[in-house]
Amino acid sequence: MSKGTIHNRDKFLSHIADRLGREQKTDVSRPDWKYQPQWAVYQEKTSDELCALFNENSEEKGTHVLETTMDQLEETVEYVMKTYDGSPMVATDDERFAEFGLTDVFDKNNVHIWDAESGERNIEKAKQANIGFLFSDVSLAESGTIAQFNDRNIARSVSLLPTTYTAFIPKSTIVPRMTQVTARIHKQGGDGENISPYINFITGPSNSADIEMNMVVGVHGPVKAVHIVILDA
Amino acid sequence: MAMKIGEKPFFDRVDDALDDTFMHQSMANAQDGLRGKKIAATEGDEAIGDWEDWRSAGEEIRRHTLENLDYYLEQLSENFAKRGGHVFFAETAEEANAYIQQVAKEKNAKNATKSKSMVTEEIGLNEALADVGCQVHETDLAEYILQAEEGDRPSHIVVPSLHKNKSQIRDTLKEKAGYSGTDQPEELTAFARSQLRDVFMNADIGITGCNFGVAETGTVSLVTNEGNANMVTSYPETQISVMGMERLVPTWEDLDVMVNLLSRSAVGQKITTYVTNVTPEVGLQSVDGPKDFHLVIVDGGRSKALGTEFQSALHCIRCAACVNVCPVYRHIGGHAYGSIYQGPIGAVLSPILGGYEEYGELPYASSLCAACTEACPVKIPLHEQLIRHRQIYVEEGYADKSEQAAMTAFGIGASTPSLFKIATKGAPTFAKPFVHEGSISNGPGPMKLWTKIREFPAPGKENFRKWFKEHKKGDS
Repeated sequence: MSKGTIHNRDKFLSHIADRLGREQKTDVSRPDWKYQPQWAVYQEKTSDELCALFNENSEEKGTHVLETTMDQLEETVEYVMKTYDGSPMVATDDERFAEFGLTDVFDKNNVHIWDAESGERNIEKAKQANIGFLFSDVSLAESGTIAQFNDRNIARSVSLLPTTYTAFIPKSTIVPRMTQVTARIHKQGGDGENISPYINFITGPSNSADIEMNMVVGVHGPVKAVHIVILDA
Repeated sequence: MAMKIGEKPFFDRVDDALDDTFMHQSMANAQDGLRGKKIAATEGDEAIGDWEDWRSAGEEIRRHTLENLDYYLEQLSENFAKRGGHVFFAETAEEANAYIQQVAKEKNAKNATKSKSMVTEEIGLNEALADVGCQVHETDLAEYILQAEEGDRPSHIVVPSLHKNKSQIRDTLKEKAGYSGTDQPEELTAFARSQLRDVFMNADIGITGCNFGVAETGTVSLVTNEGNANMVTSYPETQISVMGMERLVPTWEDLDVMVNLLSRSAVGQKITTYVTNVTPEVGLQSVDGPKDFHLVIVDGGRSKALGTEFQSALHCIRCAACVNVCPVYRHIGGHAYGSIYQGPIGAVLSPILGGYEEYGELPYASSLCAACTEACPVKIPLHEQLIRHRQIYVEEGYADKSEQAAMTAFGIGASTPSLFKIATKGAPTFAKPFVHEGSISNGPGPMKLWTKIREFPAPGKENFRKWFKEHKKGDS
């Protein structure tokens, strides 16, 4: 993608500065905020406590939570496949599946691994899938949320199109809340690094309360959600 | 159509609303439900500490951002363009629509999907795109329902189809979309899902609003529950996000605070199901991402508030917490406001964006109880701004001529002791023809509207001065 374009900016910004009664600003330092309550939330919690909170808050949002060890991970995955209707299934193209010893169970059960080179066919596979498998990059104890830094291989469709999404949550990825993730992205931005083009915080299945305030799940995205919490730490 | 809802005068809209029994019940239920959830997720959630500190944090961030709006908009646009995105600054709705129409024509676009967005509603984007042969499909469940019922408009900022019951929705979908099921929300929702899946995949353009633009990285952040914003931003080749110029935060750390305030204040959730953050790609060419990304930043009258006592109205994050506590909204519902922005924030914003001629009466749709100010997560002094709007409305000569004459006469009478004495003494006699059982229920002149919906106490035979004089005597 080539560099983009900007239209009508100078006049627009100059008008804003006029309205604010001053010259246009070219340098502003963000102040040290007086109020920063976000940092205090769950700061005293241990890793075990954060994990328990993550599980509890996931369940509160209708997510099925399974806690497992590395030794029992393959067995847990087989259980999820059986419980949530098995094939067809799809997974992101993520090295962590191999690192966590999941290559064999995926091969054995014909899980389609996202292949960016094969283009649109992947979307069709994800649309048809009963289950989509993905890793959570950072997991939020406060709300039972997974955060994914998507790119062309860690495809966003895998969490969005299948009937059920199943996220692998290494316990070591669990942090108190969104504060820790956004601080990390802020640092990346400040260091001049390119951030992921699609950073997605997901909390349970898609839902709506638009008809007489009745809560209904699966409006556009997944109908069911499963979190497999791996006790890796 | 754009921001305006309906053609009838304000009081006719109010009369229509007061006659709608279902709507009253629906508004009351929604207000009670949403407010209860909000309280549980704010003051009621010990884990987040003192909610007042969060409100102060929100106010601090919004104030700084607005005071330096030109700088942060420049930073946002620079970072967005650096990653290959295209930014268009539009002073008016017409300019924004013309640019988007041009993009649609260049892409030869016939179909667009849209996730819920107040600013695209405000500028009348659907109609503008229809004019160039591109049909916009609303995909938020509530907006999908309103679009099926041609001509229906949002009645609440967060839950736009609140005024419709499930039987009405069933009938609309039967008549307009070939639905054949019951009025169960699960069944109606499943129908919408099945109808929209293919629409998402076949759209040429995906259109979103922007809950927050993040200046430091050029990111558009979308806070939703349904997942339609994810569909809209993933499958069409072209994405267009339309953003009110004030809807930005300096950094991701600030986004954290604002998302927390928005999710908890709007729907009582710790976080919504999806918080989706989209930044133009740098040559990644994802299979499920747009190849072309446009950000349209709209003034649309917002700059009129800058540098004035209304600047803090632009701090609004569209959570509708003020709507959900307003006793007036509870009785008249959203459509009576005649604007897509309803409730207290609507009564403050609409005259700024659309002028006093069109929306100057809205600040009178308030009890000035200040519940809205207390509910606002970014501490906008809404009731004070409503009073200020009323002052300007009168000062600029928009108020009804007979009311102005009556108030002028009252001013002269009240500030002239001899006239005041005559008036208070004569009031019981003058009012006598209108008094029935101790009160006036059909008053003359400026009292007419007041007494239409409540009774006015009849002037007492004993006036205050006389009473005071006698009691003072008694004390001495």
